[in-house]
Amino acid sequence: MTDFLKAIFKVDYPGFALDVDLKLPASGITVVFGPSGSGKTTLLRCLAGLEKSGTMEIAGEVWQNENIFIPVNQRAIGMVFQDSRLFPHLNVRDNLLYGYKRTPADSRRLQMEEVVHVLDLENLLERGIEKLSGGEKQRVALGRALLTSPKLLLMDEPLAALDAQRKTEIIPFIRKIEKELSIPIIYVTHSMSEVLQLVDTMVILKEGRVVKWGPVEKVFADIQLRDAIGDQNSGAVLDTTVLEHDTEFGITRLDFMGQELSVPLQEIPPGQGLRVHIHSKDVSLATQPPDGLTSVLNILKTKVKKIGENAGYSVDIELDAGRPLLATITRKSLSNLNLQPGQSIYAFIKAIRMVHENI
Amino acid sequence: MDISSLNSGPIWLTLQLASVTVMILLAIGTPMAWWLAHTRSKMRVGIEALVALPLVLPPTVLGFYLLILLGPNGWIGGPIKTLTGSPLSFTFTGLVFASTLYSLPFVVQPLQSNFESIGSTPMETAASLGASRWDAFFSVILPLSRRGYLTATVLGFAHTLGEFGVVLMVGGNIPGKTKVISIEIYDRVEVLEYTQAHILSAGLLLFSFLILLTVYSINKKLPVHVS
Repeated sequence: MTDFLKAIFKVDYPGFALDVDLKLPASGITVVFGPSGSGKTTLLRCLAGLEKSGTMEIAGEVWQNENIFIPVNQRAIGMVFQDSRLFPHLNVRDNLLYGYKRTPADSRRLQMEEVVHVLDLENLLERGIEKLSGGEKQRVALGRALLTSPKLLLMDEPLAALDAQRKTEIIPFIRKIEKELSIPIIYVTHSMSEVLQLVDTMVILKEGRVVKWGPVEKVFADIQLRDAIGDQNSGAVLDTTVLEHDTEFGITRLDFMGQELSVPLQEIPPGQGLRVHIHSKDVSLATQPPDGLTSVLNILKTKVKKIGENAGYSVDIELDAGRPLLATITRKSLSNLNLQPGQSIYAFIKAIRMVHENI
Repeated sequence: MDISSLNSGPIWLTLQLASVTVMILLAIGTPMAWWLAHTRSKMRVGIEALVALPLVLPPTVLGFYLLILLGPNGWIGGPIKTLTGSPLSFTFTGLVFASTLYSLPFVVQPLQSNFESIGSTPMETAASLGASRWDAFFSVILPLSRRGYLTATVLGFAHTLGEFGVVLMVGGNIPGKTKVISIEIYDRVEVLEYTQAHILSAGLLLFSFLILLTVYSINKKLPVHVS
């Protein structure tokens, strides 16, 4: 049985209101995405108990409702902020131990050595905070939060202040924490590349309300998503498995729901997962497989699932390729192909983006 | 020059008064400054103005009201008299009370701006790591407030050292009980004993300069914590 995080919050400030009702899996990484001012941070503060509002329940444990309110210092949460918020009067070791010492001994599931090892902090322990780089600070802040053995890790744009190089250093750590320590993470960001690399469950906020939420492959396949995430990111996110490498042509072959995709050579061993993003405008449709030769390497056999109601020049089509796939075609083509839901169709994929390229 | 005629009594009394006053001020000034720094209450500006009053009032005005308040028929002095047999005016305790009010802004204001510059995030961060409010205050806020406390202590101390008007009004001029340096200097000048007045004045001047110098140099060495 999956554990759930249920949260109903209503916060009203002058000029801003948050009104959400969510039921999220209490596992994996849930990314809360939205423009600034959409209420992401307020949602996180509510979950942390820094704002008193509404009801919240995690894995059957009530943290707040009309009668109960567990204060922030008694919640099994870890928080990581954009500006690290390390204590400047303590060195790295004492920062790491601050929360650990305040966690009851019988609740300590994580130990110092383990966290220091996972986050690669061995050489930093005796250092002062002012001598750390931005990326190191965030790793220490992450470690400090983990050492309280949280049941929920809340991260508020933890990478926003870092350059691209540092980001690529830290993202694997976040994935590793979720996988190896199995701590559910709520991750707030307005960066689409961070979303794509981390997300299992996605929540899109706009003006204090939830616009869309659900598993990543479902959310990204939604033909109405375009409004929420912008044209340039519209398209399906697929999780594939590396099959083999073809070094002669510089190609890596991926398995996707029994069909094959080819991408430029990846340094990932066969059997490992690779997440790709296929923009809807990079997918064209044909009713027949190509009878002659084509330069397009990736052709998937799909079914038309849903036709968008775009009144403009183009229209979004939701396809079923085992998992949802999105295509944007002109309305003229739609009329020419005479597409109907349920019809078989070939999707010609002109470009596949590896999600780690987007940074 | 006749130094032996110089009574050390007023010096000790002054130091005693300043030390006790500062300790009381730190104890009550901390919660006051904390409240002022964090409250959203409408009372805040009113309280801030009240705290700042001693900065602008002539000490005699403050002293006058305190004299009435602490005297045998005053709101405070009256009940104290029925309890202990004597009112607070013209006593050392009365002086401490008066000095505490008089030097209040010199302790509360630096602490308030110190707490304001620290902001609410360190408390929230500490709470998210499992620290209760008291725990967070002592383990995070206090260590980050060393400069603020040093400034508040020294300003409060130095300001109490130099007070005259309030002391004269509330404490009078009783040797060993309420006669502090500033009053002693006034007395000596009154009877034209300029040498003794010189020694005491120069001593106070030098002492005040030295503690301020010490504070500023320590402040310069203390790390500035910018979060």
